[in-house]
Amino acid sequence: MKHLLSIADLSRDEAIEVLDTAAELARLSEGTVKKFPTLRGRTVVNLFFEDSTRTRISFEAAAKRLSADVINFAAKGSSVSKGESLKDTALTLQAMGADAVVIRHGASGAAHQLAKQEWMKGVVINAGDGTHEHPTQALLDAFTIRRHLKENQGDLSGVKVGIIGDILHSRVARSNILLLKKLGAEVVLIAPPTLIPVGVAKWGVDVSYSLDDQIKSLDVVMALRVQKERMNDLYFPTEREYARGYGLTSERMKQMKTKSIVMHPGPMNRGLEISAESADSQRSVIVEQVANGVSVRMAVLYLTLGGATFKELASSGESL
Amino acid sequence: MNSYRITGAKDSNGKASDYFISDGKFVNEGELAGGANDIDAKGLTILPGFVDLHTHLREPGREDAETVLTASMAAASGGFTAISAMPNTLPVADTAGVVEQVYRLGKHHGVCDVFPIGAVTVGQGGAQLAELAAMNQSEAGVRIFSDDGHCVFDPLVMRRALEYVKIFDGVIAQHAQDPRLTQDSQMNEGEISARLGLKGWPAVAEEAIIARDVLLAEHVDSRLHICHVTTAGGVEIIRSAKKRGIKVTAEVTPHHLLLTDDLAESYDPVYKVNPPLRTKDDVQALREGLADGTIDIVATDHAPHPHESKDCEWSAAAFGMVGLETAFSIAYQAMVETKLLTLTQLVDRLSKNPAEIGRYTDHGSIRIGARANFTLVDLDANWRVERLKLASKSKNTPFDGMVLPGVITKTFHNGALVYERNSK
Repeated sequence: MKHLLSIADLSRDEAIEVLDTAAELARLSEGTVKKFPTLRGRTVVNLFFEDSTRTRISFEAAAKRLSADVINFAAKGSSVSKGESLKDTALTLQAMGADAVVIRHGASGAAHQLAKQEWMKGVVINAGDGTHEHPTQALLDAFTIRRHLKENQGDLSGVKVGIIGDILHSRVARSNILLLKKLGAEVVLIAPPTLIPVGVAKWGVDVSYSLDDQIKSLDVVMALRVQKERMNDLYFPTEREYARGYGLTSERMKQMKTKSIVMHPGPMNRGLEISAESADSQRSVIVEQVANGVSVRMAVLYLTLGGATFKELASSGESL
Repeated sequence: MNSYRITGAKDSNGKASDYFISDGKFVNEGELAGGANDIDAKGLTILPGFVDLHTHLREPGREDAETVLTASMAAASGGFTAISAMPNTLPVADTAGVVEQVYRLGKHHGVCDVFPIGAVTVGQGGAQLAELAAMNQSEAGVRIFSDDGHCVFDPLVMRRALEYVKIFDGVIAQHAQDPRLTQDSQMNEGEISARLGLKGWPAVAEEAIIARDVLLAEHVDSRLHICHVTTAGGVEIIRSAKKRGIKVTAEVTPHHLLLTDDLAESYDPVYKVNPPLRTKDDVQALREGLADGTIDIVATDHAPHPHESKDCEWSAAAFGMVGLETAFSIAYQAMVETKLLTLTQLVDRLSKNPAEIGRYTDHGSIRIGARANFTLVDLDANWRVERLKLASKSKNTPFDGMVLPGVITKTFHNGALVYERNSK
């Protein structure tokens, strides 16, 4: 794995290798070993052009647990809205000798351009680009699902995942659809038609406009954040109408299968796409998603920067 | 004035003859002044100079991207002898003063004719009609009006503009794009835009305006020209409008005849253009529309941008591609090599038809007595597009590195040799 720009760049086996590596790292972290020397002397830059608390902290924690030096570069503000600054920033980071850049940017394709335009030589990891992709979120979601429903092994065949909400603008949804399908899961998108992209027919997923029709058959209910501003662009009439049709209310949660789980990439609008009771219920793995994020991002940094197999990693960890 | 004796040049049907040029015109051999320059054109094809009805020259205002001079030189390199300057400059060409300035710059440089297109509305704001008659009566003699880059969206403004230009046999060239349906749009709306997370630009945003405007043109019996058609649905609407006798003409760009929206997968903004690249089916429909005469002409929509406007994220990048220097070769590849058109038919669409729409009487034909605006092309040779070697000041071509058929070897404007290919 040279970069991680899109889930589309990963083969099924590579995706499973990331999950297996993350599982191994999580297992080791539960013991006495909290920090691995693997990336000592390497520099990881968190380049965040958009606000993001949890993703940035998650990457920072992951890099530090692998002993990398971490530089946080928060480039928000009006000066970065002009295109040139992404290039100039990349050239700067290149000059500073960054080994890996974790980039979050408001423009779809920004991570691609960083990697492909030869502005810099290091590894590029996409931490969310516009409305395109957020691959590490999908990997941690798959990791979480596998842990709960597949005993932490293999792929996700036989699992039915419902992704609910603003598919049109969601990079989390795009990466998840690609990865879940790659891992053999069945995917159904549940949203009002205004929030389903034109052209979705070629994605090889089912589409439903009714959460009530689907809720009983889902193994995983993945609610997406719905931005209230979407209302102003006429995607739905009011927040309340959205919540009535597509919110994961307590009543709907009660109809879920016994072992089914509730997920959300965060940050949540409690009371809009998910009720507080659902978010805090026994079924909810939302907090665990955050914890798993660190393991998965450690695995991604390790596999892109380290290049060794996770078995070697396991032995190096245990030898500490 | 120089005089020339051009020997052995083939016409577009392949028939070789000699051509004589004196005092800026095609003349009979007997009228040729002494001391004529001899040009051996054996193996070359003589074509009437191409006429572009859609060119962005950027002067005044963005001389860092292009000037009247550099655009004229790019035009001559591409075999064009007339170009039409779109009004979206700084200031906007919405007054007699600005169109005259651009017209005079073209005259002054003398590389090709530069015919300004006037803005339909003040500042291209879409609300108030610009002084269209004043622009027509100026030295620039403007007949084509467009708010290109912006659609004339208000149906009442469009109706009035269509009616008003009948005073002087004018035509409104519409950039058909519903602004509400294309807010922040980045590329063709479809499977690719959905996957790439780039905001979609639906075909209906173009087609709805075309449909409305052909009906308006019918109602007020005016001339309407549709700029850069890109969708199969748009072609179909124009086809049926023509059948009903509506006075509508239409253009297609070379890039829309060849390129498709999947190129955006690279996120390389060189493929970002307004209107956007569409699907394979659309490309096929455009080619068929150009072949059957539904689409009258090829126009470049030559849109130069400085490097920094393209060397950035897709969503931050400018829309547009340069096209003057590649237009003939791309159109030849898309239409003649595919046997959809003969060379003569293609040349009609690059020269005669646009000259007729714009009423550019000195262009579009090769005959005794006509102004000697023509180009000599080597159809047996290929050339490789090298962006840095383009004559245009800007290098934003999507065809960089491609090997294309048809080499423009010489271009003459008003009987003067204005371009000669150096190599070979």
